[in-house]
Amino acid sequence: MKILVPVKRVIDYNVKIRVAADGSGVETANVKMSMNPFDEIAVEEAVRLKEAGVATEVVVVSAGVAGCVDTLRTAMALGADRAIHVNTDAELQPLAVAKLLKAVAGREQPQLVICGKQAIDDDANQTGQMLAALLGWGQAAFASKVSVADGRASVTREIDGGLETVSVALPAVITTDLRLNEPRFASLPNIMKAKKKPLDTVTPDELGVDVTPRLKTLKVAEPPKRQAGVKVASVAELVAKLRDEAKVLR
Amino acid sequence: MSILVIAEHDNAGLRPATLNTLAAAAKIGGDITVLVAGSGCAGAAAAAAAVPGVAKVLSADAAHLAHPTAEDLAAVTLAAAAGHSHVLAPAGSFGKNFMPRVAATLDVAQVSDIVEVVSADTFVRPIYAGNALATVQSADPVKVVTVRATAFDPVAATGGSAPVEALAAPAASLLSAFVSQELSTSARPELGNARVVVTGGRALGSAEAYASVLEPLADRLGAALGASRAAVDSGYAPNDAQVGQTGKIVAPDLYIAIGVSGAIQHLAGMKDSKVIVAINKDPEAAIFQVADYGLVGDLFELVPALVKELG
Repeated sequence: MKILVPVKRVIDYNVKIRVAADGSGVETANVKMSMNPFDEIAVEEAVRLKEAGVATEVVVVSAGVAGCVDTLRTAMALGADRAIHVNTDAELQPLAVAKLLKAVAGREQPQLVICGKQAIDDDANQTGQMLAALLGWGQAAFASKVSVADGRASVTREIDGGLETVSVALPAVITTDLRLNEPRFASLPNIMKAKKKPLDTVTPDELGVDVTPRLKTLKVAEPPKRQAGVKVASVAELVAKLRDEAKVLR
Repeated sequence: MSILVIAEHDNAGLRPATLNTLAAAAKIGGDITVLVAGSGCAGAAAAAAAVPGVAKVLSADAAHLAHPTAEDLAAVTLAAAAGHSHVLAPAGSFGKNFMPRVAATLDVAQVSDIVEVVSADTFVRPIYAGNALATVQSADPVKVVTVRATAFDPVAATGGSAPVEALAAPAASLLSAFVSQELSTSARPELGNARVVVTGGRALGSAEAYASVLEPLADRLGAALGASRAAVDSGYAPNDAQVGQTGKIVAPDLYIAIGVSGAIQHLAGMKDSKVIVAINKDPEAAIFQVADYGLVGDLFELVPALVKELG
C-alpha cells in the first residue's frame, strides 16, 4: 500500500508573526520556515504504518515556492521514501491545493492520503476534506487513532464533546489531530540520507490545474490589542473586583 | 440573497452554535432556510422553525443520518443548496468536517471560521492563531462559510413560526460508516458556550490536582472546565478540554486561567473572553498581558482560598 502525505511549508510555530505595515499580509522575509506541525504528525503516522508493514511506500508532496524542497527533505529525513514538489510562486488557496493533490493522486494511485487537519498559517482546515470530495473518497478528519486492516481504516476522531470512531473504506483521506502521535526527530544520518532520496518536480500547468485564487484578500490587520489589567494583592480583592467592578459574579 | 444554514443539533433540539450562525446569516441579509439533517429530528426541526427570521426549515429525516458521516452530510447539504447564494454552518468539529466537501463539490472556495460579516461577499477571519485578521472577498457564485460561534451574539430562540418541509435525503454513501462514540459525560456546562470557564495548566502537576483544585471552583461558579495544551499533553484533562488555536475557541463572560503560562496558541482560544482572571506564580507569565485581574502566587493556596472567599 502506498501512502501520500501532503506537507506545507509555513512560518515556524514559535515565530511571533508580524502584520505587514501596508496591510497586504504577514511579514515573511527572514522568518524561520518549518513544516506545518500537523503535517509532521501525518508524516510520522505514514512512516509508522510502513514500519508496521501495513504500507510499502510513503510519498510526500508539497506545493509552492522553491523553499518547499527543504520541507520535503525534512519529511524524507523523518522516513518518507520520495518526494514530489509542485513548483509555483502563485498564491495557493485550499481548493487549488486540493486540485493539485487530486492530480498527483491520479498519477500515484495511493490507497491512503494522510493530511494535517489544518495549516497554522491560514488556519483553514479544508484541504483534506476537499481532496476527499474531489476524489470521490471517504474521509476521516481529526484523527487521534488510526488502524488499517482488510481494506478499511478504523479511525478515532476528535469531536466537540468527545471521540467518535468511524470505519472508512480505502482509498481514503485521513486528517491528523494533535494527539495522533508524537513525531520523531530526524537523526543526522537520516538527514544525510534524505538528501539522496528521489525528488521530482512538476508544475500546476503540467498537472493541468488552474490555481487562480478564488478569495481576494482585501487587507490583513492586527487584532485589537487586549489591555493588560491590574494585579490584585489578595483573593479578597479579586472577589471584590469581580463582584463590584466587573460584575461577573452571580 | 438566499441563505442556507446547516443546523448543528442533537435531533431533539438545536445546539447553541446554530443560533450564533443564524445571527451571522441575519447580518448577511436575505431569506434564511435552515436544514436539519438527522434521524428522528422533528424536535430540532420544530426548534429551528421557532427561531424568528427563519423563512423555512428543511427536515431531512433518515435512519442513516442518526450519526451522519461527512459524505452523507455533504450530500444532503448539496441536495438542499440549489438556488442558495450562501451556505453557512457553525465552525465546530461538525461544520469543519463536511463543509469543505460541499465547497469542493460546488467548485467554490470555503471561507472558514468568520468572525465578522462585512458584506454579502466579504468576511473577516482570523489567521495565524488569531494574531492577524484577514478581510477576504469571494467572487464565487456560492459562498460556503463556517462561522465562529463566539464572534456572533445568538439570535432569539423563540417567537417565529416557519413552515417545515420534508427533504428526501440522498441514499447513504458507503464510503465510511459510524462505529461508535464516547462523549464526555459531565453535569457541567459545555466548554463552547459556558458563561464561566475555569482552565488549568501545566502548573497543576497531575490529573489528581487538576480535579481536586479546579472542580470545587468550577462547581461554585457553575463553570466549564478547560485545559491548556500542556495540561492535556500531560494527561491531566481530556483532549476535548483543550482551549486554543487547534482546540476549542471560547469567549465566556468570565475566564479563569490557573497555572497557565499563556502561549499565543492558548490566547488564540480565549482572548475574546469578556473578563479574564489569571492566577500564576510567575509574575512575568504572558497570561498576565491579557488578564483583567492577575493574582500572583501559589495556585494550591490561592484557588482553595478563592473558593472559600466566594462562599
